[in-house]
Amino acid sequence: MSEFLEFRDVSKRFGTIQAVDGVSLGIKKGEFFSLLGPSGCGKTTMLRLAAGFEYPDAGRVILDGQDITDLPPNKRKVNTIFQSYALFPHLTVWENIAFGLRVAKRSKSEIETEVEAMLQLIRMSDQAHKKPDQLSGGQKQRVAIARALINKPQVLLLDEPLAALDLKLRQRMLIELDMIHDQVGITFLYVTHDQGEAMSLSDRIAVMDSGRIEQVGSPAEIYEAPRTSFVAAFIGDTNFLEGEVTGLVENEYCQVKIADIPGVICFNDKSMKPGNPVYLSIRPEKIHISRDRPEESSRRNIVSAIVEDMIYLGSTTKYWVRTHGLRVQVLRQHFRFFLDEKPIRWNDEVWIWWHGDDGFMLDRYRAVDEHLVALPPRKVGEPEDNNEKR
Amino acid sequence: MKRESRRSIREVLVSLPSLFWLSLFFIIPTLFVFAIALKPANPYGGIGSGWTWDNFRSLASPNYLIVAWRTLWISVLSAAVCIILATPIGYYLARVSARWRGFFLMLIIVPFWTNFLIRIFAWKVLLHPEGAIKKALALSGLISPQASLLYNAGAVVLVTVYTFLPFTILPIYAAAEKFDFQLLEAARDLGARRLQAFTKVFLPGIRRGLITAVLFVFIPALGSYVIPDIVGGPSGEMIGNKIAQRVFVDRNLPQASALSVVLILSVLAPLLTVLVLQRKKEKPEALL
Repeated sequence: MSEFLEFRDVSKRFGTIQAVDGVSLGIKKGEFFSLLGPSGCGKTTMLRLAAGFEYPDAGRVILDGQDITDLPPNKRKVNTIFQSYALFPHLTVWENIAFGLRVAKRSKSEIETEVEAMLQLIRMSDQAHKKPDQLSGGQKQRVAIARALINKPQVLLLDEPLAALDLKLRQRMLIELDMIHDQVGITFLYVTHDQGEAMSLSDRIAVMDSGRIEQVGSPAEIYEAPRTSFVAAFIGDTNFLEGEVTGLVENEYCQVKIADIPGVICFNDKSMKPGNPVYLSIRPEKIHISRDRPEESSRRNIVSAIVEDMIYLGSTTKYWVRTHGLRVQVLRQHFRFFLDEKPIRWNDEVWIWWHGDDGFMLDRYRAVDEHLVALPPRKVGEPEDNNEKR
Repeated sequence: MKRESRRSIREVLVSLPSLFWLSLFFIIPTLFVFAIALKPANPYGGIGSGWTWDNFRSLASPNYLIVAWRTLWISVLSAAVCIILATPIGYYLARVSARWRGFFLMLIIVPFWTNFLIRIFAWKVLLHPEGAIKKALALSGLISPQASLLYNAGAVVLVTVYTFLPFTILPIYAAAEKFDFQLLEAARDLGARRLQAFTKVFLPGIRRGLITAVLFVFIPALGSYVIPDIVGGPSGEMIGNKIAQRVFVDRNLPQASALSVVLILSVLAPLLTVLVLQRKKEKPEALL
């Protein structure tokens, strides 16, 4: 399938800040596409470039084969859901939804039938005559969606639409958004800093940082095969272990020396050569933990460690263990709970192991990403790094 | 219930000083004016005994009607011009960067450092038949060399607009400053042209500021005296001038009072209408 909405070498600078830096990106028709990144990464600017609120310093924006770079927002077949909803406070729900059709000078009967249909889609027919300030956050959100969709846009642009809602409502709106996307079948461009939203909704995700795209791929690709250390750190938790390639195993794997652990086996997807410095990234849930030493098997890395901290999270437990001077985070899923099983406790000696395929060799992260990869926390009780990824 | 009544008593107590002040210097004098309007005049410039409607009856003369009509249209036109000029200025002030905003607000306020009368006399100089503006306009053929810029209703409107423009810019700016400009983006996004977004979203959004601004020009303009006195001439006379003539020239206080009563009531009428309309609009929200 060819690209439906396309950014070609687009750049945009605000004063001294390069908000978007030569980005090329294609979004397919009907796709739910997310731009994910920390605040200030340029994702909202990308959306505003697509909506026509900003004019790029360089590059073109193409929609359905037509160059729309020079078109004003009212001439573009795209509509936006704003983070603050931006409902017109002096108009009722009904009038808000009808706004687009009214400025398009559609006939009265046509407007009436379409607005009623939209009210049904968002299940708010009984609230049609309320003003926006009489609505709850979730209702405002739904009105904003209806007001945009009634214009039958080719692309719906969503700017952090759930950021202002509380957790439970956010989860419900997530499902609702997904259903609406399935029903209307138009292309969604979704901007968010929340990886959970992006992961659960998107067909594909572009992870952005400092005005550039770090990686584009399906949620699973981005999570399981991060291409850069920024992506690995931003999406989910990970352990970064600094090391050096010491040898190759059957060309597909290489041996890495990490701290004083020799011969850690890792899948070699970057054709590293002995002597190359690497960062090994291993997701906490890929590491197994047990009091008993596991059986040796090929490509399995087994290390002994001491439990330093642990947090019981209900369905899972998080452990921080120390091994060879490294602090490693391990996440253990509880499949079943044996009362007679001796649980792992603080300062216990344990074994941790992971398969060679589960580690990723990455470039060294940049200084600006330090705050994202400051893992693991030195002591339990310190603010968790996750919360600061905004 | 008890607490309610105690609270209302406290509210009354708190408002007593200002009520006293208003009664002493505003309500009682106004009642005097109403009373004097119903008294006959005596030939020595004093107030006669007994009560009469004659002062009001005499207001029906065509002479007064012409002046009343002129007062009305000068006020309406001045208010309209002020709003048309102040709305884009208020919009711009709300959007411009904070540094420039301070500078422009300064520019708007600086004229107040000069006395009001002196500023009006300055206009007299500017509009003088031998003045630069008149000569330039005559030379460019926009007006005939015989025409006068001074001493007509046009001059009154011009100076009234000049005087009250700051008072209209400030409330409109205050409303525009609170306006969420993302709403304009939303309107554009939904297909509205620039002007449509402005009229359909921005103007309703600053409705309150617009109403305040209209009242700030229209009400003082209805009662203006100094401006038409200095730049108006006979063809720019307004009710304020007539009241002054009755007092200072004819020494007929009852007649002047009757005119004042009509003026006061015609100011109160639009004000009360606006207040009632606003109250009605807010009711459904207040119920929540």
